[in-house]
Amino acid sequence: MVAIRTMQPSIPERRSAVPVADKPSMRRRRTLPRSVHGYLFLLPWLLGFFGLTFGPTLASLYLSMTNYDLLSDPQWIGMENYVRIATADPKFVTSMKVTFFYVALSVPLKLGFALGVAMLLNKGIRGLPFYRAMFYLPSLLGASVAIAVLWRQIFGADGLVNAVAMALFGIQGPAWISDPDTALYTLVFLSVWQFGSPMIIFLAGLRQIPQDVYEAASLDGASKARQFWKITLPLLTPVIFFNGIVQTIDAFKAFTPAFIISEGTGGPIDSTLFYTLYLYQEAFAYFRMGYAAALAWILVVIIAIFTAVSFMTSRYWVHYDD
Amino acid sequence: MTDAVSSHVEHADEAPVGETRSKARSLTYHVILCAASIVMLYPLLWMLASSFRPENEIFGNPSIWPSVFSLDAYVRGWNGLQVSFGTFYWNSLVIAVLSVIGNVMACSLAAFAFARLHFWGRNFWFALMLGTLMLPYHVTLIPQYILFLNLDWVNTILPLVVPKFLASDAFFIFLLVQFFRGIPRELDEAAMMDGCGPWRIYWKVILPLSVPALATAAVFTFIWTWDDFFAPLVYLNDISNYTVQLGLRGFVDSTGKSDWGALFAMSVLALLPIFIFFLLFQKLLIQGIATTGMKR
Repeated sequence: MVAIRTMQPSIPERRSAVPVADKPSMRRRRTLPRSVHGYLFLLPWLLGFFGLTFGPTLASLYLSMTNYDLLSDPQWIGMENYVRIATADPKFVTSMKVTFFYVALSVPLKLGFALGVAMLLNKGIRGLPFYRAMFYLPSLLGASVAIAVLWRQIFGADGLVNAVAMALFGIQGPAWISDPDTALYTLVFLSVWQFGSPMIIFLAGLRQIPQDVYEAASLDGASKARQFWKITLPLLTPVIFFNGIVQTIDAFKAFTPAFIISEGTGGPIDSTLFYTLYLYQEAFAYFRMGYAAALAWILVVIIAIFTAVSFMTSRYWVHYDD
Repeated sequence: MTDAVSSHVEHADEAPVGETRSKARSLTYHVILCAASIVMLYPLLWMLASSFRPENEIFGNPSIWPSVFSLDAYVRGWNGLQVSFGTFYWNSLVIAVLSVIGNVMACSLAAFAFARLHFWGRNFWFALMLGTLMLPYHVTLIPQYILFLNLDWVNTILPLVVPKFLASDAFFIFLLVQFFRGIPRELDEAAMMDGCGPWRIYWKVILPLSVPALATAAVFTFIWTWDDFFAPLVYLNDISNYTVQLGLRGFVDSTGKSDWGALFAMSVLALLPIFIFFLLFQKLLIQGIATTGMKR
């Protein structure tokens, strides 16, 4: 703003000073290099796009059809990696099961909590900014190594959860983290604990719903439950759709908590072997770069199929105003 | 935002249902929300309290008030590995600050091109840029690693920082494009009349008017880089190059089961910068999420 205001008074002086004959040439000089300017501004991104995204994507496709251990040259083996993944890799199957279980359980729970708390906060209570900030904090901190460390203690055999259970009910709880039956649930719990950011998005969505729709509905005798199913939920479907896609893709890519809790192994007995953790092990523990590239492409295809199906089905259940 | 809240509050007060009933209901909400907040934050407060406790009092003690206040765990933790946490802090800070500078510069340049300049192929590149948002980083991870290995960049901060100067976080380009589009074009045109070229319009008109969006990008970049575990794990091997997150992980592996106090103390310190950012820029963070739908 300041810059413009100081600039404007100089316009008349300048105009009178510049000879009229100069104008067309100036204009041509300005329009001609415009395309060049565009590409100059775009240069860093273009370098990054070709050097770090497009090139590596092609390279990764090629590597996925090779045997490559970083030491000797890549060795072309065609579709062999993919065939082995599909037919003879029990760890792939395990990591798929773990990941899909994690996604299928954590995303709906997280979104459910997010929506529930957002609706409570949308009742027009005082101190909304305070509560909103409190619920958002875990979401901001949750991806840290420090929180994963904390989780390891909390759900350990003599951790906080069992200490609270002992103090309140006198029950000795199990060793959640080291039991293969419960380890994954602690990670689901960690994810649900971070419902803050989808909650903020839901809250913004709820604000968009005009109040008079509810007034009309309650005049017509619609109960609160009916108002939720017939007004809130349908009008919120675009936000649910958005949150669902973002959180699902994010859950597919989860890595840090499983890595820290299992000390990088995916244990106990592969019960927390997230797909990304398996990929990391193949690439950076065993240096099977070709195989890991093939695993990465399978993840891309899964995410692409999920996104495409979501978009295709969205016109049957997502309501847009226009 | 606050207007909406206050109008809601007034609305609830004016409700003809009767004041006592609406007061009772609002009290119920407050009780539920307070209880939920306490449950949510309890693990964090407990960790904070435990970091001040002597080791033998941590286990089996669910209280969040330390009976003794001792800084022993911090001293033990700070020098718990052969390299002090001070080094890790410095490394993390350098990476985060350079990432912020790189991201803000490169992303705002690209965003200005997309939002304001007319050039051949603009829509094509814009669509490609949006496409990269969808691509999981796992695909490019391995070739990028091989590339950086061949450049001899592994075990330096370059693989973590240089991509930011090449606008690799396309999300922020998108955020800034949206913001730039909201700035009235008349301002550019006025500046152009005045003889400003695109560079001066970018620098003197668009950037000064975009401080909120640039600040949002800067704050999120700082927090995400500070928190990042995966990229440092892949690229930094030498303990003297470790970030705080890697140092913490090294700590888990070496003393994790024996010295929880020190581990908690360092965890608290690792979270501290993010918490400070949360206190300072809470509104910016929450608005950033509400308007752009960032994932955290």
